[in-house]
Amino acid sequence: MRFRLNPTSTQPLYLQLTQQIRHAVEIGELQPGDVLPGIRTLAEQLVVSPNTVVKAYADLESDGVLEMRHGAGAFVAGRRRTKDRSDRVRQAQERVRALVERLGDDGFSEDEIQRLVEAELFYRVPDRKR
Amino acid sequence: MTDPWVIETAALTKRYGDLEAVRQLDLRVASGHITGFLGRNGAGKSTTIKMLLGMSRPTSGSGRLLGLAIDDARESREARRHVAYVAEDKQTYAYMTVAQMIAFTRSFYDDWRPEVEARLLKQYDLPLRRRVKALSKGMRTKLALLLALARRPKLLILDEPSEGLDPVSIEELLQSLVGAAADGTTVFFSSHQIAEVERVADHVCVIDRGRLVVDASLDEIRREFRRLEFAFAAQPVESDWRGEDVSSIQANGRHLTVLVKRNADAIVERAYAAGATSVESTAVSLREVFLDAVSPQA
Repeated sequence: MRFRLNPTSTQPLYLQLTQQIRHAVEIGELQPGDVLPGIRTLAEQLVVSPNTVVKAYADLESDGVLEMRHGAGAFVAGRRRTKDRSDRVRQAQERVRALVERLGDDGFSEDEIQRLVEAELFYRVPDRKR
Repeated sequence: MTDPWVIETAALTKRYGDLEAVRQLDLRVASGHITGFLGRNGAGKSTTIKMLLGMSRPTSGSGRLLGLAIDDARESREARRHVAYVAEDKQTYAYMTVAQMIAFTRSFYDDWRPEVEARLLKQYDLPLRRRVKALSKGMRTKLALLLALARRPKLLILDEPSEGLDPVSIEELLQSLVGAAADGTTVFFSSHQIAEVERVADHVCVIDRGRLVVDASLDEIRREFRRLEFAFAAQPVESDWRGEDVSSIQANGRHLTVLVKRNADAIVERAYAAGATSVESTAVSLREVFLDAVSPQA
């Protein structure tokens, strides 16, 4: 499992890590019961402050994605996701990847694409929230 | 130690003749974090660190290191027992070999951890029998780090640790800082490399011409700092926009660019209320925050 954080992004590093772990769980790359790297190990691997890892794990624990077991570290919580759900998330990811690639071909930078997506989520989702 | 601040200064000032190297500095460094101390060359970083460590006497003002007064010889000595320092020049004792230097330093500290010494020796691949003066700059930094980390300091202070190192050595250095922080050591390091501070620091303090000009967490900068660009129908009054949340303002005819530290939304609303015809909000990087805060001349 390899995470990549972008220090020049406008998103706090712990949020980037939180999202990447959540995503890995959603697509089934991380399965319930899987153990995550220790705080020191992951901080050294990513070369980020250990507090970044602590914050990400704490957020994911309070959201029920991770479970902390005393002395044993962080585990992916919950029941195994059905294959169906993981497949659908993966298909959605393919579509997003294709869109991002197309926008990149049209000359948009990563930052611009990120802002476009964020603006869309920010301004439109509230009306349609379930 | 229950004190939340490992470093705390109040109006700390150092004057050399006409030159005020450090001016009325109120610096606070939180326990349990990695704090980057950024500034241009000659901004006052080393002078501040030397005063903290009792190597230079403040002209006025006061400071505490691990809660102990820096200008009291006995308290300063007590604080320094729990502080490890990696100096900028890292000269140590040039005539000693690496092995002698380690044995010599080890004899001073009862908190020395032989297992850490062994691990770092292996990891850094230090030539034990070479004299310190024959070491490359990268090797000297690694030796200084080993001597600092083989103890279990509460606070690790480093003065420009990455200066003159190649990219691989910088990576190893940053990894060591992160590892020390994971062991519970608070890390305070000075640098003029924005990129490395942006990667590993939780918090950043920027000093310019001896004054503290930025004091913020990296998360705060990423989340709250914004550059707002407004266009108005008529020329805006620059002074109307000054305030606590605003760090700089540039007016250019009907256009106004404001760098805000927080509450960007409220300022955008104010702009609309004041008749702004267009508003653009963009996030700012640490580089922009730094360049905005420091003066162009050193």
